[in-house]
Amino acid sequence: MLKIKNLHASVEDKDILKGINLTINPGEVHAIMGPNGSGKSTFASVIAGKDEFEVTSGDILLNGEDIKELDPEERAHKGVFLSFQYPVEIPGVSVTNFIKTAINETRKSKGLEDMPAAEMLKKIKEKAELLEIDRKFLSRSLNEGFSGGEKKRNEIFQMAMMEPKLAILDETDSGLDIDALKIVANGVNKLRNAENAIIVITHYQRLLDYIVPDYVHVLLDGKIVKSGTKELAYELEERGYDWIKEEVKA
Amino acid sequence: MSLKEKLISSYLAFEDYLEDDSPIHDLRNKAIKTFEDSGFPTKKEENWKYTSLNSLLKEDFSVFPKKEAAVEFKDVKKYFLHDIDTYKIVFVDGLYSSFLSTTTHDGMDICLLSAALSKEKYKSVIEAYFNKAAKEDSLTSLNTAFAKEGAYIYIPKHKEVEKPVEIINFYTGSEAALMLQPRNLIIVAENAHIQIIERHQSLSENAVLTNAVTEIFAEKRAFVDYYKIQNDLPSASLIDSTYIKQERESVCSVHTFSFGGKLTRNNLNFYQHSEHCNSILKGVTIIEEKQHVDHNTLVHHIAPNCESHQDYKGIYDDSATGVFNGKILVEREAQKLDAFQQNNNILISDKATINSKPQLEIFADDVKCSHGCTIGQLDDEAMFYLRSRGIGEKEARALLMYAFANNVLESVKIPELKQRINKLIARKIGVSLGFDV
Repeated sequence: MLKIKNLHASVEDKDILKGINLTINPGEVHAIMGPNGSGKSTFASVIAGKDEFEVTSGDILLNGEDIKELDPEERAHKGVFLSFQYPVEIPGVSVTNFIKTAINETRKSKGLEDMPAAEMLKKIKEKAELLEIDRKFLSRSLNEGFSGGEKKRNEIFQMAMMEPKLAILDETDSGLDIDALKIVANGVNKLRNAENAIIVITHYQRLLDYIVPDYVHVLLDGKIVKSGTKELAYELEERGYDWIKEEVKA
Repeated sequence: MSLKEKLISSYLAFEDYLEDDSPIHDLRNKAIKTFEDSGFPTKKEENWKYTSLNSLLKEDFSVFPKKEAAVEFKDVKKYFLHDIDTYKIVFVDGLYSSFLSTTTHDGMDICLLSAALSKEKYKSVIEAYFNKAAKEDSLTSLNTAFAKEGAYIYIPKHKEVEKPVEIINFYTGSEAALMLQPRNLIIVAENAHIQIIERHQSLSENAVLTNAVTEIFAEKRAFVDYYKIQNDLPSASLIDSTYIKQERESVCSVHTFSFGGKLTRNNLNFYQHSEHCNSILKGVTIIEEKQHVDHNTLVHHIAPNCESHQDYKGIYDDSATGVFNGKILVEREAQKLDAFQQNNNILISDKATINSKPQLEIFADDVKCSHGCTIGQLDDEAMFYLRSRGIGEKEARALLMYAFANNVLESVKIPELKQRINKLIARKIGVSLGFDV
């Protein structure tokens, strides 16, 4: 599904990603872990197409097609979804209007008509229930005055609505208490299937107890320096990152 | 002959034609003298630094329309808030249209200034209120000199007006260029409530210059909500001066929606004469091409324990120019004040301009006064957020602008009007999305 080859990216001439290689198959969940400043969020933004970052070399292949020159909306139309670490507050646009617009714009890009209102409402209701989101919440302005947990739940609600092929969850666990974490993880797990793939970017192993990854990668200074299975996450939780840094040096 | 000379010579004829026992006879004579002495304002005056009337004044305006023009309701229906019942005071080329109006004298007066000025029973009210809130600047004085027609509204104590009042001025283009001086007088007595919607609308491409003056008196605990819809043709210019005098515990709001017109100047003046007044000034300006909108606000805090809130948003495209000049004047007596002023602007084109100038003059020492002004483009992070959800760049931009402007609408209390303005904003910005507007 996703094949990343020797990806280099920089911001204002500062190299952040320094040659990432990663292959993700349909149905898989990959976790990317690493200390602060290792390039995790940049990696997420680069795949989603944020133009602040410049891809200086390498390829991002989505189902065989190189998407690195595409606009963020074109990538979204092809099934890429980024759950933001810090979702942006947009006063004046309700959650419902936002998601309707996102879905219909995506349909339009595929030459489809707008989703019929009844079908849209049904889907919104169903996905809101999945994330235990109150109906009143949906008419509030997008992310405005939301608690950290509400913002993240709203991100996963959008993911549920958009049904992406590739979802990147950037620090979805930060700012969540344990109950909210369980709701979010449960939502993500219900959305997993044999056709889609998920990249979970996280600091801590905690989230991975609930969203169990097939593979765990360690990102250090813009490179994936170690890959393994979920046991690697436990090891990182216990031993921190220093031993990996030593390993890399050696 | 310059427009000034023309106005002064026309005044003599106008004076002759009026009845001599008008209660405002002396006021008029004094006012034309003020106008004669000071003339039209120029950019040399601090308050007019960014707005020039020069090109407008070259136009050969007729000062009185020569003939009455008829307007069919079906042709102008869309300018009314037609989906709900309202009182209507309608003027066509400055003359009252009884055909298009719905007035009342049933327990309150929602009618014409010309009637109030000429009938004996209104004389004491006119003497007590007329020109008592207005400033004696040159343009207001010019209006006073020619004041003859406009809306007259008197809402007695404890009366809650059950439906909104629409004051609409239509211009048919029966003259190649027409200058008018509409004058409104609105008195809302103790504990009375009213909602008013005002609109100036040109129906042809012929030039129009309106120099309007509105005086509003909000007595103790009165509630006044005033909405100005300025969505006129590029041939129409408006200088609108509104003076609001507030008494104890009154709450007055003015929302100004400026979406079109050649030159629009809003002089909005609030005077808080007694304790616990609340003044709300809100505006959305969305203009393009060579349009110009100037908001000149004054909130004069004279008494303690009052509040004022100003929130103006502007979106400027092409070579459009905007001005926000907001003054908060706090007298020494006006302690425990809570005053807030905000002006946010988005410039879409490199050629668009906004001059934003907050002015705070504070003579009291125990007040809360804050102001903020931003001029910028749209937030990159917000753009990326929307685009990452599949919303194209153009639509994302439109959606953010819509959200930016729409925020001011929350305080509009007439749902049908809110929806109408909402749609106007959506259309203006080009949001074509699957939206519950």
